[in-house]
Amino acid sequence: MTQKIQHHLTTPLLMGYAAGTLPEAFNLVVATHVSLCDDCRAALAEFEAVGGETMLDVAPVAMSDGALAGTLAKIAQGDAVVAKSTAARTGPYPAPLAPYVRDFAQWKKIGGGVSQMLLHTGDRASVRLLKIPAGTAVPDHGHKGTELTLVLQGAFVDETDRFGVGDIEVANEDMHHTPIAEMGEDCICLSATDAPLAFHGLLPRIAGRLMGI
Amino acid sequence: MTDAQLDKRLAWISQLEAVRDRQDRAAFAELFDYFAPRVKSFLMKSGSTPELAEECAQEVMATLWNKAHMFDGSKASVSTWIFTIARNRRIDMIRKLRRPEPEDLPWGPESAPSADDTIALQQETEILGRALAELPSKQRQLIERAYFGDLTHSEIASETGLPLGTIKSRIRLALDRLRHAMN
Repeated sequence: MTQKIQHHLTTPLLMGYAAGTLPEAFNLVVATHVSLCDDCRAALAEFEAVGGETMLDVAPVAMSDGALAGTLAKIAQGDAVVAKSTAARTGPYPAPLAPYVRDFAQWKKIGGGVSQMLLHTGDRASVRLLKIPAGTAVPDHGHKGTELTLVLQGAFVDETDRFGVGDIEVANEDMHHTPIAEMGEDCICLSATDAPLAFHGLLPRIAGRLMGI
Repeated sequence: MTDAQLDKRLAWISQLEAVRDRQDRAAFAELFDYFAPRVKSFLMKSGSTPELAEECAQEVMATLWNKAHMFDGSKASVSTWIFTIARNRRIDMIRKLRRPEPEDLPWGPESAPSADDTIALQQETEILGRALAELPSKQRQLIERAYFGDLTHSEIASETGLPLGTIKSRIRLALDRLRHAMN
């Protein structure tokens, strides 16, 4: 990474990830950003420390009789070792994202030169990759919920700022924006939403339906 | 901070090292007696049945035994580390979701934790714990509800009222040293 990341995760996202309460789609975006950003990796460790101290603060609930012996038996059986996935960074896709790209692997044209790869839907939110040709605009849209957009390749500019590799834009329902991919490389973004996007105008609405969002 | 509070945290680390180096069952039993009932309570407050919370807490403690070699006292307190194991087990066992994790960093042997870094990080975690306990009860309840899963991310406040930043700075510094060593 040559450029410094300017746009970071928000406190609610860091705390939600640390607590383990985010939908899978948002977890994927957070884990991918943290893979690229030391600042947010350090901030996440701090929110995990808050979680640890919160856990110490609750009134303990006694374990059942024989729980320790049972746990030692589990250890002796060796059935608690979960093999860690050994995914590695692949091209512009950091390790947490790479297995999703491998499993879904289907780019689909959705109009205006834009392609998407739907990675996960359900459990309150969905996440996709968007590939926006250099110089192309994504239709003006608003949001019913939260939309996270993380740049993996290239850059885009919208009414608020410029977003390069590693930058994340957190858009809420007050925001209407028209992201435009910068000239140069095609822009690839990881985009998660917890409610359908609201497109303005008939054609973009149809495009929205095609995108499945 | 009294020495007793720091000593308690350093004792957890010694117990974990005894498990790692000697498969010391007595040390494991001490960690188990302190942490398992708290993990169980945390999981029940997060909506688990007592049976599932009990099973999950046992799994968490078994993971602690198996992964003791991965603990680094200069980057986390034992309480933080156990919390993240419990959180992960909760997602795996109870929510049954895929759980994307950040890329591992190649910390390597040259960055073996120094005693000073470990003591500083343990102190800072203790200070954070005190600060949490001393928050006005309304504020503390909001943070608890965020971690128990009673709040959605959009309901979590951007301002926590906690004095955050010192642990982050310390870990940021360690990351800078690592990046420097890699270049």
